[in-house]
Amino acid sequence: MTTATDVQALFDSMTRDLEALIRTERLQEPAMVGIHTGGVWVARELHQRLGIVPPLGSLDISFYRDDFTRIGMNPQVRPSDLPFTVDDRDIILVDDVLHTGRTVRAALNELFDYGRPASIFLAVLVERSGRELPIQAHVVGTHLDLGPGEHVKLTGPDPLTLVRQKAA
Amino acid sequence: MSASNLQIDSRGRLRHFLSIEGLTRALLTDVLDTAESFAGVAEQSIKKVPLLRGRTIVNLFFEASTRTRTTFELAAKRLSADVLNININASSTVKGETLLDMLRNLEAMHCDMFVVRHSDSGAAHFMARHVAPHISVINAGDGRHSHPTQALLDMFTIRREKGADFGRLRVAIVGDIQHSRVARSQIHALNLLNTGQVHVVAPRTLVPAQAEQLGVKVFHNLTDGIRDADVVIMLRLQRERMQGALLPSEHEYFQLFGLTEERLAHAKPDAIVMHPGPINRGVEMDSQVADGPRSVILQQVTHGIAVRMAVMSMAMRQKAAPETEPETP
Amino acid sequence: MSGRNPESGGHIRIHGGRLVDPANRVDDVLDLYIADGRVAAVGKPPADFRAEREIDATGHIVCPGLVDLCARLREPGHEHKATIASETRAAAAGGITTLCSPPDTEPVIDTPAVVQLLRERSERYGYARVVAVGALTQGLAGEHLSEMAALKKAGCVGVGNACTPLTNTLIQRRALEYAASFNLTVFLHPQDHWLANNGCAHEGAIATRLGLPGVPEAAETAAVARDLALIEQTGVRAHFCRLSTARAVRMVARAQYDGLAVSADTATPYLHLTEMDVADFNSLCHVSPPLRTQRDRDGLRAGIAQGTLAALCSDHQPHEPDAKLAPFPSTEPGISGLDTLLPLALRLARDGDMTVPDVIARLTCGPAGILGLPYGTLSPGASADVCVFDPQASWRLTLADLHSRGHNTPFAGWDLTGRVTHTLLAGRVVYTRSSDR
Repeated sequence: MTTATDVQALFDSMTRDLEALIRTERLQEPAMVGIHTGGVWVARELHQRLGIVPPLGSLDISFYRDDFTRIGMNPQVRPSDLPFTVDDRDIILVDDVLHTGRTVRAALNELFDYGRPASIFLAVLVERSGRELPIQAHVVGTHLDLGPGEHVKLTGPDPLTLVRQKAA
Repeated sequence: MSASNLQIDSRGRLRHFLSIEGLTRALLTDVLDTAESFAGVAEQSIKKVPLLRGRTIVNLFFEASTRTRTTFELAAKRLSADVLNININASSTVKGETLLDMLRNLEAMHCDMFVVRHSDSGAAHFMARHVAPHISVINAGDGRHSHPTQALLDMFTIRREKGADFGRLRVAIVGDIQHSRVARSQIHALNLLNTGQVHVVAPRTLVPAQAEQLGVKVFHNLTDGIRDADVVIMLRLQRERMQGALLPSEHEYFQLFGLTEERLAHAKPDAIVMHPGPINRGVEMDSQVADGPRSVILQQVTHGIAVRMAVMSMAMRQKAAPETEPETP
Repeated sequence: MSGRNPESGGHIRIHGGRLVDPANRVDDVLDLYIADGRVAAVGKPPADFRAEREIDATGHIVCPGLVDLCARLREPGHEHKATIASETRAAAAGGITTLCSPPDTEPVIDTPAVVQLLRERSERYGYARVVAVGALTQGLAGEHLSEMAALKKAGCVGVGNACTPLTNTLIQRRALEYAASFNLTVFLHPQDHWLANNGCAHEGAIATRLGLPGVPEAAETAAVARDLALIEQTGVRAHFCRLSTARAVRMVARAQYDGLAVSADTATPYLHLTEMDVADFNSLCHVSPPLRTQRDRDGLRAGIAQGTLAALCSDHQPHEPDAKLAPFPSTEPGISGLDTLLPLALRLARDGDMTVPDVIARLTCGPAGILGLPYGTLSPGASADVCVFDPQASWRLTLADLHSRGHNTPFAGWDLTGRVTHTLLAGRVVYTRSSDR
């Protein structure tokens, strides 16, 4: 069974929440970094709506995954691109789905290889049940409680659609 | 067990990397694609990834080689692996320790991967056949047989310069084919990628018996052999060849087979010139060509690191954990 | 020898078997009668014959004990590989009653003392008879002639330089002349040292692909051509050991046709394997001369069938495991062949190339004739060397089946037909299959 959700409304609410966050935390010219692939699509939308100054950064965390030894190499890895200095920077990290937390863990490791950010805030389109690490998002588009065998993913890049599936 | 089965595990993934022969075209392309990712890493400001952290890679070189060993070492370190360099000169093995004994000793030190260079053809296969199941063997050159990582970086370079459609390319390999493991591996790789035409250019004494059966056209004249070529690969000529009555002199070799600007004009105007290095200037080619705009020799060196990073990370033995779903976000 | 020899095993009757004795053109169901270590009669018993032992050979073939023209026993000198005890035992299990050792033991067989050592040791164990080819030059070094008269007197069946090349053709010529003066047969290994150039595989498509240094066909044919010229010049009787090329077989056939006293042999692996079998660096197929092309294999088979190659031998070279556990070029060449000599030879009959009696001829009277020995025959009065085998017995070769100490055979896993049930040496039963477990 598959359902699709209109994500535009979610982008709007996330934008409002991020604007509030930037104000409250007094973030100075924060940079935005999306995690390939879905996270970059989301970040692109947010980056534009928020008018973020530094160009959008992207991370491919394949080399930092903790399950590399089990699944081996993915040949489609793209290079990470951070077109700004990371040292002392406030960073908004963006991903499409937050599930176990391992992707974000890998992204944090990779960011710290580039330098020492002043802060990192996490914004995700979907937060679902199943966390395995102590990771939390500061801004969430929608919360989903999924049953066993259910998955959610963002398809795109155009149109961007959130697809929820129950494995047969 | 045939050589090809030795390299690939039951899931069709790289288990050892011993020769181009035995790879499928899909796997070869996968390796090249993976190398692209690693090439990207080299261009980043952070050149290191934690992929092989905690793993130990042993460079087991029975034949002296600073160049190849250093690139393997660099590639391993960029993957965050620990590297052990062991150079064995022939006399140590002559003193009685068999290759197998040496292998067992190294295994007892809990190493994960051996990068082997040996003067016997078939040495890497031998080691792969006898090594413990958790260890992978990468062939850094065995006798005259195979130097697969060199062929890979050459294909990678050609692909970057000329695109992925090898079918429209004419590639000429010039030099001592008879003694060259590089040439053999290149020929297999070019044929695996369905290259339009593969030419081999050498004096009669340096072409092996029944070379055509490798899937090449043999030429003994340089200009004929490189006419309209898109890629010209020059092989290194070893000094010893003068000793074995194979060639009279480097001088005569250069007169007949050395690449100069003038001769290069017979190839296509945008042809690239390659060489596995190190170059004997004035023997295989003159300095004008070596340093000229068509030469991609230095790019080959850079690509060598990315390619070796790809091979090592793909072949690195998975730890004992059973197969599970890929990581969930 | 006079009187009854108490060790000869008495009166034996082997009955009901198909008796194949190519030397006497016998191929019929006939009984064999043995007394005092010799063949007493064939077909009908001699007067007053009372068998002390009966061997039922119904459905089996009874033939002369096999004569193996070349088997390395590794003693003296290489006892870590095998010994006279272990290999003569293996020979007996393979129906082989006479083995010929080449001179490349350590020390080399260039003195009567070493010949004696071989004879005494083999006689002590008593499983098979061992004869020797003596060295052509001292130490096989190719410089000084060996004392060939002394070697002949000590019992050498011929002289040769084994696989050590005789690069000086003048010395070779003189050595042949000297040997000829004693009527000694010279055993030659035709391989031009320089052309072979330390190769380890046939110079052809496979060696090119694997990057293995190659031995060209010309290494053999050039040597054969040169040797034929010297054989003609010196008038020596010569034998070419282990031909590997079809071309060399044709050259020898022509020379024989022209009346030259030259014979030749090949070994069983060359009739069944080719360069393809080396294709994955299988060191068990590393042999010298190398396995060549299909055309060469077919030419050798034709040579055996036609009799140009009058003998088929095992070229037995047992090795310890380490000798084959290295990258291909660094392994020692040689196959352990005693256990498979008979069944691999019988395949030629199964494949329709030859008749069974002709195959047996190549294993009995053929080699015996080359060695100048009165064996390989079941004529009345001949030494009762007998091989009884079941030509229908099918079995898959495993390493556990091997009697030789050397397990270096590429034929493990092959389906073989033909298995020895009894072997007699000079009238004594030295092997029975039933007691071999």
